[in-house]
Amino acid sequence: MPKTFWEWIPFLWKSYWPLLLKGAWTSLYLSFLGTSIGFIVGLLVAIVRTIPDPPKTKKVRYWVLKVVKAFLVAYIEVFRGTPLMVQAMVIYYGLMKFASLRLPLIVASMVIVGSNTGAYMAEIMRSGIISVDKGQTEAAVSLGMTHWQTMSSVILPQAIRNVLPSVGNEFVVNVKDTSVLNVIAVSELYFVGKSASGTYLKYFEVYTIVAVMYLIMTSTLSRILKHIEKKMDGPSEYEVLKEEEDENDG
Amino acid sequence: MADPIIRVEHLSKKFGTNEVLKDINFSVQPGEVISIIGVSGTGKSTLLRCINLLEQPTSGNIYYHGTDILSGHFDLAHYRAKVGMVFQSFNLFNNLTVLENCVVPQMKVLKRSREEAEKIAKDYLRKVGMVQYRNAKPSQISGGQKQRAAIARALSMDPEAILFDEPTSALDPELIGEVLDVMKNLAASGLTMLVVTHEMNFARDISNRVIFMESGEVVEDDTPEVIFGNPKVPRTREFLNRMLPKEE
Repeated sequence: MPKTFWEWIPFLWKSYWPLLLKGAWTSLYLSFLGTSIGFIVGLLVAIVRTIPDPPKTKKVRYWVLKVVKAFLVAYIEVFRGTPLMVQAMVIYYGLMKFASLRLPLIVASMVIVGSNTGAYMAEIMRSGIISVDKGQTEAAVSLGMTHWQTMSSVILPQAIRNVLPSVGNEFVVNVKDTSVLNVIAVSELYFVGKSASGTYLKYFEVYTIVAVMYLIMTSTLSRILKHIEKKMDGPSEYEVLKEEEDENDG
Repeated sequence: MADPIIRVEHLSKKFGTNEVLKDINFSVQPGEVISIIGVSGTGKSTLLRCINLLEQPTSGNIYYHGTDILSGHFDLAHYRAKVGMVFQSFNLFNNLTVLENCVVPQMKVLKRSREEAEKIAKDYLRKVGMVQYRNAKPSQISGGQKQRAAIARALSMDPEAILFDEPTSALDPELIGEVLDVMKNLAASGLTMLVVTHEMNFARDISNRVIFMESGEVVEDDTPEVIFGNPKVPRTREFLNRMLPKEE
């Protein structure tokens, strides 16, 4: 049996590394899928919430939009205003109780993390959209572009670029926050750590390993996201082309 | 007189209780280059923005070839494509290169193919001297270059008329000339232009009609010779005395 801390660490790693890596992988892909779903949800919510109010004369459109917007505000309030852990319990056991639906754990996790992240993303995206200069919209409108064309070709590319740091932030937060899914017995990294530490009752040692694993995941992610940001900015220089070098400028 | 492209009748615009435009009447004939002059805050820009419906007029009518654009059934996208606008703050799309700025609106609004749109865009970029910079992003070029690219973008839609909203007011003095040169060439080519400007030389030498506005009203609407030579309304004379240096 190992004696010191420095003997226990390699010993535990040797015994549990397949389990721990599997848990880390689960954490990573759950947070990736959850963030992606949240990103799409947030984007859609923000797009709807920034549609300008139609004139009151168009009654149906006016009221439909008003009701939809109120619903979206409620969604954001609820999911930002309650802990993720509580949401996991309520959604998972609620579905079981009222819809007799026993969702596969992975699907349930995705729904939970996706809806939670979606609520935060909606506000992040909205801030991105309103941060784009109003002149951009005016120019697009003055050229005859529709609301949707303006959004998709002009506003959203700029808005998404502006909020990319916050989106990355959400991703990193999710890598850590998926740990609360252990309450519905999803075997992500924290949950795996719990089982691994139980055998020898070495909580400090196992969770030190788990902490380092989280840190490696999040710091690698931050670096990848930085790289993507740079990529999205495009080249920082441009070539002054000669008048007619049209055909061979690739 | 020929059929006017745009006819404005009894146009008024209020922001709350503040009446910015009062009973404006005028029309724009094909080929006219009209300068709108007057002190800041008299509603010149608001007038242009109403014509493009970036602002909803409070009352009055605007006709495009005799059709009321304020009636709900009007095809606004088509109208806006045909009546271009150039802004004081350029408003090039920051996420797109100079070339794409001119290409994307053509493809989206006029449903042109990419090849056709690129060819047209390059033609106009060449006209304004920006074709070499077509791969630059707006953040990488100067204000004068941005404004010339913005003019090319408006031209790429094959407009019948272009509204210029103080196109040189945000430019450093040494960059104003290059934009005015482009506008001068456009005027000579027969493009219909409605220009809100503080450049009195442009108003006097390039335009063939000048509208002087004050406090939301058209005070005088005449040829540049009359406005600058012998204005009929004393208020016009006072304004021009302040704007033009005496030694001329």
